Parts: sequence; structure tokens; C-alpha cells
Amino acid sequence: MSRLTWAALGAASQPFLAATVQASSINTSSGWNMPAGVTEISREVFGLHMTIFWICVAIAVVVFGVMFYSLIAYRKSKGASAAHFHENTAVEILWTAVPMVILVLMAVPATATLKKMYDTSQADIDILVTGYQWRWGYEYLENDVEFFSNLATPREQIHGSQAKGDNYLVEVDEAMVVPTGQKIRLLLTANDVIHSWWVPDLAVKKDAIPGFVNETWFEVDEPGVYRGQCAELCGSGHAMMPIEVRAVTPEDYAVWLDSKRDAAAAEAAGAGREWSMDELMERGEATYTTYCAACHQPDGKGVPPAFPALAGEGISVDPDALEDHKKIVLHGKSGTAMAAFGENLSPSEIAAVITYERNAWGNDSGERVQPAEIQSMLESE
Amino acid sequence: MASDTSQATVQVSTSAVAQGDGAHDSHGPTGILRWVVTTNHKEIGSLYLLFSLAMLFVGGSMALVIRTELFQPGLQFIQPEFFNQMTTMHGLIMVFGAIMPAFVGLANWMIPMQIGAPDMALPRLNNFSFWLLPVAFGILLSTLFMEGGGPNFGWTFYAPLSTTYAPPSTSFFIMSIHLAGISSILGAINIIATIFNLRTPGMRLMDMSLFVWTWLITAFLLIAVMPVLAGVVTMMLMDINFGTSFFNAAGGGDPVLFQHLFWFFGHPEVYIMILPAFGIVSLIVPTFARKRLFGYASMVYATAAIALLSFLVWAHHMFTVGIPLVGELFFMYSTMLIAVPTGVKIFNWIATLFRGSISFEVPMLFALGFIVMFTIGGLSGVMLAIVPADFQYHDTYFVVAHFHYVLVPGALFAIMAAAYYWMPKWTGYYASETLGKWHFWLSVIGVNLTFFPMHFSGLAGMPRRIPDYALQFADFNMLSSIGGFLFGFSQLIFVWVLIKAIRGSGEKAHAHAWEGADGLEWTVPSPAPLHTFDTPPPFDPLTESPSRH
Repeated sequence: MSRLTWAALGAASQPFLAATVQASSINTSSGWNMPAGVTEISREVFGLHMTIFWICVAIAVVVFGVMFYSLIAYRKSKGASAAHFHENTAVEILWTAVPMVILVLMAVPATATLKKMYDTSQADIDILVTGYQWRWGYEYLENDVEFFSNLATPREQIHGSQAKGDNYLVEVDEAMVVPTGQKIRLLLTANDVIHSWWVPDLAVKKDAIPGFVNETWFEVDEPGVYRGQCAELCGSGHAMMPIEVRAVTPEDYAVWLDSKRDAAAAEAAGAGREWSMDELMERGEATYTTYCAACHQPDGKGVPPAFPALAGEGISVDPDALEDHKKIVLHGKSGTAMAAFGENLSPSEIAAVITYERNAWGNDSGERVQPAEIQSMLESE
Repeated sequence: MASDTSQATVQVSTSAVAQGDGAHDSHGPTGILRWVVTTNHKEIGSLYLLFSLAMLFVGGSMALVIRTELFQPGLQFIQPEFFNQMTTMHGLIMVFGAIMPAFVGLANWMIPMQIGAPDMALPRLNNFSFWLLPVAFGILLSTLFMEGGGPNFGWTFYAPLSTTYAPPSTSFFIMSIHLAGISSILGAINIIATIFNLRTPGMRLMDMSLFVWTWLITAFLLIAVMPVLAGVVTMMLMDINFGTSFFNAAGGGDPVLFQHLFWFFGHPEVYIMILPAFGIVSLIVPTFARKRLFGYASMVYATAAIALLSFLVWAHHMFTVGIPLVGELFFMYSTMLIAVPTGVKIFNWIATLFRGSISFEVPMLFALGFIVMFTIGGLSGVMLAIVPADFQYHDTYFVVAHFHYVLVPGALFAIMAAAYYWMPKWTGYYASETLGKWHFWLSVIGVNLTFFPMHFSGLAGMPRRIPDYALQFADFNMLSSIGGFLFGFSQLIFVWVLIKAIRGSGEKAHAHAWEGADGLEWTVPSPAPLHTFDTPPPFDPLTESPSRH
């Protein structure tokens, strides 16, 4: 079954299949096997996988060979009459011992590779990875850089009103950027439920668990974009929290770090001035679409009871609930998927999104929340 | 003391049977009520089997909803919230509602008839065990219509997704798991009591059929691990309703504890679903190879070894949670070790075939299909044991392919093999060979078309439990969906076969329905009368034991 035949088959009737022709793989996989990946470890894991695969194939050939020989050679319809043996100690010892030996042969290299994978010492860069419903948060511990990484695929592609792009569901708004040739240690945790950070090309899959900090590491040799996604069921957005790792040269990495710091400074400066309603609504809509719409829905109707509605009812139309509204967006609501956005979004984004929620979808309260108010709330804590 | 009690049990149950016999036509409820109050092992066995068949179609329909959504990339038919409810319910219903009750049904029908007992040792308990199940699954299915929907956290229901973040219906889900668990424990107690106390005089443990042996070991596994499941869902109930924090990190609890407890139940559970299948195949292969089972004693020891090892491997489901290196190595080695007794079983079946006189009736086809495809699932299991590689396989479609190979062409094919094998004994008529062969071959094609491509999509990087996927996985998913529909609809042929046999169309069966078959069940008429072995049948270990020399 080649990709092309299927595409040709589908092209006549269903346009989506044509897209598979140009679709770039999300990893270095051939499309039907594990990718060899781009790190020393990932290549070792791939080698282990292939070795064990071929051993299993050899076992299957021998076992099924004898089985099918027996089925063909000893058919009653060909006049076979049954022998009477029903045990043989030597043979039974042999087929207990031989698998033992094969298993030991598999276990030796597996143990060696696993030890290397567990050695997280002497890392050059530490990144704290936090799983949220449904996005990843990255914090560069030595460099004071932190940001969210959200699914970038537009909803129109998911719901079929727009053609699907090459990186459908495996593209993000802001990738994790790492330098090549340096040992990156990931510290993984989660804010709500268990997630799992998986990039096949790096042979890294580690659970991000609330209340725990797990460790793993990788070191990429070649610049490139390596994609993966959450591997542990984490609720309705599980398929929509992809991972993108961009490996760049150490020089480009330094430039990227500077640009992130500059952007953060500019964002902080913006919090000082007075924002107009239009500015707030524009920024608010963008923020809402990225961070809020997955649960509260683009039309603000939510999916009750898990995700409450914001349009026409609840906290965003209650004039007395403005302070609560701010607090929930800043600090989250424990025991629900509502994350504490004050930790990762800027005061401007938070002010804008609250303003948007109180004025969009006919809520029309006319209330404006200024970034400075949010800033002072954060500072007074 | 213990044997005194068991003697008393025998007395009671045989006298009950005697009374029942005398009053056969005049007394006793009729119609529906007869099935509600029955304490007869054959009737209860039929109830279990019909219930599990119904659940197979309910759980199967949910699988087809899943495969429909996954036919193409994008969200076309259902939303992710409902998709997650379907994957969860599909797993729960198939494991607890279809596979397990089917084996209990077979045990009810066949264990008393294979050991020469008049009935199960605890007939009223038997009735209660069964009737808990429709209640349990009625509750479980009703959650789909509750506010917030049914369970949506996967059949493994990892906390805190299943506690703090779960839909309001979760307490009903916990209730249904409790009821199904009680049913299993009571059923297991009954099976152990029956096997230990009601064997016909002269039949030693090593004279029992392998189906009885595998069920005896399975019953001990059930009693050992079902209480752990009950404990873990009770802890969830407390977290949800009474403010405890067993699994809530914010309250000082430990989400990973949930996984340790769940898999301490869950891994033996996997063998609960496969050991009786080993027993069935160990009867059918010798019957149609017309040659005694090779290595009876080693089969018994291998079954026991697998059962013991099943308590030492649970964390191989958790290689990515961050277990220390030494722990990872321990669970890798212990998991690999299971391949040895499992291999012994496969080699024994093949040695039984070797130099036999083989014919290919439908039960044999399903048993041979079992051996081939279970072996494929077993080999991918060895791959999954290798921790560094498992980091890449874990929670992908490779795992989905692996466990469906051991559960569908594994456990389910063995159940189908058993149904075709014993249908003449149950109904008095052979299952239609023609329809049975259609059922088998369409199932083989369907099952492989569904699950073989999943190995590839998983290796290429597709995580499990996602309602939508990257475009590179489109081709394999389309194949899997086509295969899923073929497999699902093929099972309707089985319903037709069953109805035909029950209605009595087809070839009438003799008492000894298969020429190569061994065992006491073939000494009673076909169909088996309501009461068999009112007096214990004679049994000579020297000529009748499967372990004779």
C-alpha cells in the first residue's frame, strides 16, 4: 500500500486525501516505522528496536514454520494417523532454556541504553516543562524566559471548512528553542492532570505529573524542527497540545534569548499606559482564541458543566463579579481545568481578555480593565 | 473441618437437584421468572454467555463510533468529549462486560460437567453473581445520559483526571465497578469451591482438564486482585465526595499511587482474560489433532508460573512515570521472564499438532487462529518490555495493536472456539460449518486489517486516545476503520449460527460430538439435560486422566 496509490484513490472523491501527498512527516519516521531520530540516544533506541524486532521475526518464522508444516503435513484428509508421544523432557528443557538465553541477550544492550537515558547530570540548560489542559508551558530556568506553547492549527482546519496544512495538529505558536550540541535537561511537572511530553525524534517521552518533578534529557546534533505531542490522555483537548522543538545553532539561540527578553520588556512597558476599548478588544480576542476558546468555546457558550459559559450568563455579565473575574483569571480555580494565567500571561493580555469577555457576544457591559489594574493586583500580593 | 463442610455442601446441592428433578413439570416459575430465580449452572451459564454476547455488540458499536470518527483526519462526526466517553466505555464494557462474563459463563456450563459434579457448589450465590452484572452495566450505560456525560478518562481511569477533573457521573461509574467486582469475586469463590469439593471420586487435581486448571488459577487471581480494584475505586470515591486527597497532589496526595494500585490489579487482570483461553485451546487442539496434549504437566506449571509472575510486573505499564532506574530494570527483567512460560505453552500446542491427524472444523480454525495471532501479540509484548524502546511505544497505537492482538484474536477467538466446540453439547446441534467458516475467515481478515496497521501508525508516532490526528497517519487509520467495520459486522454471522443451533436446524449431535474429544462432558447426552451427574460418574485416572502415561 503506497501513499501515492491511496492518494490517487482518494483524489477523485475526497479532497482531504490529496493533502497527504504533500504532507511532510512530523518526524524522521519513514511513515511506518519508528524514527531513528536526531540524537545519539534516539539512534541507539532505534537500533535496539530493530534488533529486537528482527529477533521476534526470526522466532515467528521458526514457530509458524513448524506449525504450518505440521498443519499441512499431518492432515487427516491426507491420511495422516496420529503418533502417541505426549512428553519429552529433553525437548521441554531445551525450549525453556533457549528463550532464557535470547532474553538475556536482549536485556544486556537494553540495560546499557537505559542507564544512559537516566543520566541527567551535567546539563548545560535546564527547562521546566509544565503541562496544562491543553498547552505546554516552558520556563528557561537560567535565563528568565518563560512562555506558553499553544496549538497553532486553526479551528477551521479541524472542522473541515479549510484545507488542512502540512503540519496539521503538530504546529505551535511558540516552539521550544534549544541550541545544538548542548545537553538540555527537562524538568517536567503538570498543573492539573497528568500529561506526557513526547518527541519521537528525540526518543524522549516522560510523564508530566502534578506534584512531581520528573527529569529527562536530550542533546540534538543538527538544527531542525522536531515535532511531537502529548502522549497521556488529559481530557478533551488531548489531541490538541502538540510539541515543537526548534534546534538552532548556539549563536542563533543567543539571538533568540535576547529577542524573548526584549519582547518581555516591551510587554511590561505596555502595562503602564492607558489602553482604549478597541485596543483591549483586539488584544483580548487574540488572547481568548489562543488560551480560552478550547474550553469556553469561540462563542463563549462553554461546555457545561465542565466548562461554564461566559456569554450571556455567569461571572462575565455580573457587574458585582468583576473582582472575582480578575482573581479567577489570575489565580485559576482549583479542582477545575481553569489554570492560573497570572503566572504566564502578561498584565496586558489578562486585562484585555477580561475586557473582551465582558463585552463580546452581546455581553456589552462597557467595562474596561486596564493592564495597570492587573499589574497592581499582582504587585500587592 | 473444612472437608466436613464441603461434604455438607454436596449433600445439600444433590438433594436440591433431586427435588428439582421430581418436581420438574409441575412446580417452579416459568417464563422470565424462571431465568431470574434459576440456580442451575447450565441456565446461569447461558445467561452469562448471552449477556456477554449482548455486551460484545454494545462495546463493539462504540468501537465503530470511534473508527468512524478516525476514518479521516479532522472532526467530522463526534466531538472530543464524546469520543473520550466512547473509548472509555468501549474498554470497560469489553473487559468487564464481554470477555470476563463469557469465561464465567463457559466455566458455569463446563466445569461441573468436566469434573463430574451435579452443579456449582454454591448455586444461589451463582444466581446472585450473575444478576449483579446487568445492574452494574445498566448503571454504567446510564451515565452516558447524565449531565456532563459518562466516564471520559480511559478504561484505566488515571487520577486526577478521573477524580478532581472527572464528570459528575463518576460516582455511578465507581458503583458499577464495585458491583462487577463483587460479581467476579463471588463467581471465583464458587468456582474454587466447586473444583475443590465436587470432583468425582478418583479425580485428582492433576487429572483435571486444562480448562478446569486454568480457571482454578484464574479464580485465585480474581480473588487476589479484585479487592485491590475495589480499594482503588473507593479511594477515588472518597477523593471525589468526602474531601480526601489520596490522589490529589494539591492536598498532599500522590497521582502515581493510583497507577501502582490500578496496575497491581490491572496486570493480573490481563491474565484473568487469557488463562481460561489457554485452557480452551489446550482442549480443542488435541481434539482435532486426534493426539493427546503434549506436556500436560508443564502446561499446568506454566499457567501457575504466569499467574505468579503477573504480580511482579505491574509497573511495566508505567515505564514513563519516572520510576527510579533500579525499578525500571526490575520490571523490565520480570516482564521479559513471562515470555518463558508463555513460550512453553505455544511450543506445547505446536508439539501437539506435530505428527497428529489434523482436521479443520470451525472450533479448530478459531483455536489455530488464536495460536498464530496470540503469538504475534506476545512477540510485540516482548518488544514492549524493552524499556528504552518502550519509551517510544508507550501510549501509542503500537500498544493498542499489541493488546488488541492478545484480547481479540486472543481471548475473543478462544471464546468463539469454545462456543463452536461446545455448541453441540449445549443445543444438541452442530453449528453450521459453512456459516462458521465464513465467520472465521471474515473475522481473521477483519481483525488483521483493523489491528495490523496500528503497529505502523503507532511506530510512526500516533498517540492512542486521540479523536483527531496528523495527516501522515491518515492511510493507516482508514485501513483500520475499514477492517473494524468488516470485523464488527462479521460477528452478526455468529448470532445467526447460534440462533440456528438453538432452533435445532442443522446436523444433530451425538453425546460424543467430536471423535477426538476427551472428557466427562462428552459422556452425557447432547443436548445436555438440565441435570447431569446426579450421581458422580466413574472415573479411572489410569485410562482417563489427561496426565496418564
